[in-house]
Amino acid sequence: MANFKLRINGKEHQVDVEDDTPLLWVLRDHLGLVGTKYSCGIAQCGACMVHLNDEAVYSCTLPVSSVGSDKITTIEGLSENGDHPVQKAWADVDVAQCGYCQTGQIMTASAFLKKNPNPSMEEIENVMNRNLCRCGTYHKIREAVAMAAKLK
Amino acid sequence: MANLTKTNRRDFLKIAGTTAGGLFIGFNWASCDSPKIQVLSDEEVLSQVHDFNAYLSISPTGDVVIYSPNPELGQNIITSFPMIVAEELDADWSKVRVFQAPLDNEKYDRQLTGGSGAMPHSWERLRKAGATARHLLLAAAAEKLQVSSTELTTEKGEIFHNGKKKFSYGELVTDASKLTAPEEVSLKDPKDFKIIGTPVKNVKGKEIYTGQPLFGLDFYREGMVNAMISRPPFGMKIKSVDDSAARSVAGVSDVIVFKNNVAVIGDSTWPLMKAKNKLRIEYEPDGTVESSFDHDRIFKELLDSKDAKVMRKDGDIEAAFKNAAQVITSEYQCPFLSHSPMEPQNFFAHVKGDKVELVGPTQTPDRARMETARLLDIPKENITVELTRLGGGFGRRLAADFVVEAAELSKILDKPVKVTWSREDDMTGGAYRPAVRYRFQAALDDQGKMIGYKLRGVGINAGNSTRENNFPSGSVDNLLIENIEHKSPITTNAWRAPITNFLAYAEQSFLDEVALAAKKDPVKMRLDLLDRAKNNPVGEIHYDIDRMRGVIETAAEKSNWGKNKDVMQGFSVYFSHRSYVAQVADIEMENGQPVLKKITAATDCGTVVHPTGANQQVRGGIVDGMGHAMFTNMTFENGLPKQRNFDSYRLIRMKEVPEIDVNYVDSGYDPTGLGEPALPPTGGAIANAIFAATGRRIRTQPFIEQKEFSDIKLQIKRT
Repeated sequence: MANFKLRINGKEHQVDVEDDTPLLWVLRDHLGLVGTKYSCGIAQCGACMVHLNDEAVYSCTLPVSSVGSDKITTIEGLSENGDHPVQKAWADVDVAQCGYCQTGQIMTASAFLKKNPNPSMEEIENVMNRNLCRCGTYHKIREAVAMAAKLK
Repeated sequence: MANLTKTNRRDFLKIAGTTAGGLFIGFNWASCDSPKIQVLSDEEVLSQVHDFNAYLSISPTGDVVIYSPNPELGQNIITSFPMIVAEELDADWSKVRVFQAPLDNEKYDRQLTGGSGAMPHSWERLRKAGATARHLLLAAAAEKLQVSSTELTTEKGEIFHNGKKKFSYGELVTDASKLTAPEEVSLKDPKDFKIIGTPVKNVKGKEIYTGQPLFGLDFYREGMVNAMISRPPFGMKIKSVDDSAARSVAGVSDVIVFKNNVAVIGDSTWPLMKAKNKLRIEYEPDGTVESSFDHDRIFKELLDSKDAKVMRKDGDIEAAFKNAAQVITSEYQCPFLSHSPMEPQNFFAHVKGDKVELVGPTQTPDRARMETARLLDIPKENITVELTRLGGGFGRRLAADFVVEAAELSKILDKPVKVTWSREDDMTGGAYRPAVRYRFQAALDDQGKMIGYKLRGVGINAGNSTRENNFPSGSVDNLLIENIEHKSPITTNAWRAPITNFLAYAEQSFLDEVALAAKKDPVKMRLDLLDRAKNNPVGEIHYDIDRMRGVIETAAEKSNWGKNKDVMQGFSVYFSHRSYVAQVADIEMENGQPVLKKITAATDCGTVVHPTGANQQVRGGIVDGMGHAMFTNMTFENGLPKQRNFDSYRLIRMKEVPEIDVNYVDSGYDPTGLGEPALPPTGGAIANAIFAATGRRIRTQPFIEQKEFSDIKLQIKRT
């Protein structure tokens, strides 16, 4: 066990866990930040996406020991009141079916739009192809990302 | 308050004042009888609460609250049910709130999510509940104003007389709760609907998009322990367990062997994932241990077996095939599939003596309770079930295996336990879509008319792999539908659109083969068969011929069927779960290779209650049907699937989805479900378009693994 200081959503947290513990389980089991989801555990589905210094990363395969002082943002810290442009677009397009993958989708989309504020549809599809949605809400995810780009 | 009528066990609605002074209506989903009303005291409301499994209440502030009984897994019933109540109530939608009800009582009959059945089951009950509340509010207003209630109108939670606002609902609830409700209430003319048919937003949207703890996997209880379980391959049992390495993992508090399972216990998930991989478990056969090549052999044997069960027989099938000018024979096969909801299985259980608390994602809370009661040999009344939101289900959560193991561990440990399945556990832990093989045969006369039709389905734990009374039954003089089931240790379960998820593909592809042999247009041939079924039906007809015709014609029209020679099209139509869906897939050639561009769907599900949800059920069903037909395989080796996670078990992704054009046929019928019916036709429409474009007939799923498909570079593009 080792002690890690983490900067998550603008606050400092300390956890005492094994070095190899993925950030996903630190967030979910140790800090109660359960908006970041577990689904595959092997960086295939994107349900666990968080931002590491503005970059969307799979938290399920990211060992806590490799995070260091990098800034972590989870869905809980994306906006104060759930009003990030991507969240607003998701609500406006009414994207969700079961909803389980959607926080990961939102984290992928928001990191992407920060870097590419005026993306083409092809760019949107390329980046969102990382995230699985078993309900098949892909049409609406695509529409919502495009809308969020306009809201910015 | 006094009782006005005596208690009747079959009462549909009960009203009462609440402690907060509001109007309370309980209605029982089990009964659709005329409402007989009883006014109850607060104490009586509480004592009789178990009579209801849905509640509608209106507070003095005008807030409308409804408890939704059905598990929510993305079908968005938690939004569409209150829409129906609010419509008949003429409520202000912004003041409607909805909560998930726990498993409620002994008397409900359908607190489950499955079979696309919630909407047809509850449509009338919900309308009556809303209409009755409105009637009582109007009666209270009429009495206060000393006018006839027929002079009053309602809009958005307010009551008007001669166009002037007189009351809000909240101001009248206390008076209304003292009135006697009518035995019959009149319902709105659908043309006056203001909420039904509008794109109301998901009532849980904000919570979903901000990552609130809604799902089973998010559930936490102080003092609980986590557990993960290693389960045996199918057909195997434990011979020996060496848990020394697993026990040495920091964070593991215990290892427990129960039945054929080995559970690792600890405070958090990650150490358990590590420890589970360090278990050294030796298994030995416990009966037969099967691999996919066994299934291929079994299918061949059963297709030629003399012991098939006849499901339907019309006319003289032997004579028809003897007299045929042409006989077409084809076989179609599908693999097992995992349901793979994005949220892996999980459940919380706390066994406290002879009482049990269960919390988690289940499509059938009552089965969870019944099986737990059986396991622990306690009365089911001793068990409560609280429903979380479900991160998908697709039929997997109709089972209760993941519930009873949590209860069993909680009893052994004498602690509250949450069991979490890893993705690999979820994929290897069973209850799959059954693998099935079909043999179709058609006898055509010298005019190309189908005079004989044979179908034999052979499935592995598939039950009846046919739908013997579906189209084309009723339209062919001589018909034989047979089934044989092979019993296997590999567990199976309903998988979204059970059986029809593949049968429709096979049948609609085979009908395409028949049309080709008969030199008929595939759409015209189907319409001719329906004409025959309508004018001179053969045996019983179990589908609505006009509604099926309606979706066929609409899909053909909207897709410009056969009108553009540069677009190669495939047609498919299927009736399942009371709804009718026809689909056309469009393929265009680019640089000599086929490009799937569009799927046009025409759906008849009666009244569309919630267009946002309905569109997504249709699109999602098509995406689901397409993805599994094209990409997803599950093969077995020594009782275990070879595909264990999303790296090898390929699910459809965003870039693989074409444009989907959703259309509805307004047949004027009451609403039917949409969770499943859009899925079955999709594979057939795409396979038939691929044939039209390339001349390759693909009869086995997934397409991408078939040799007929290997040199076809099918691209998928949105226009």
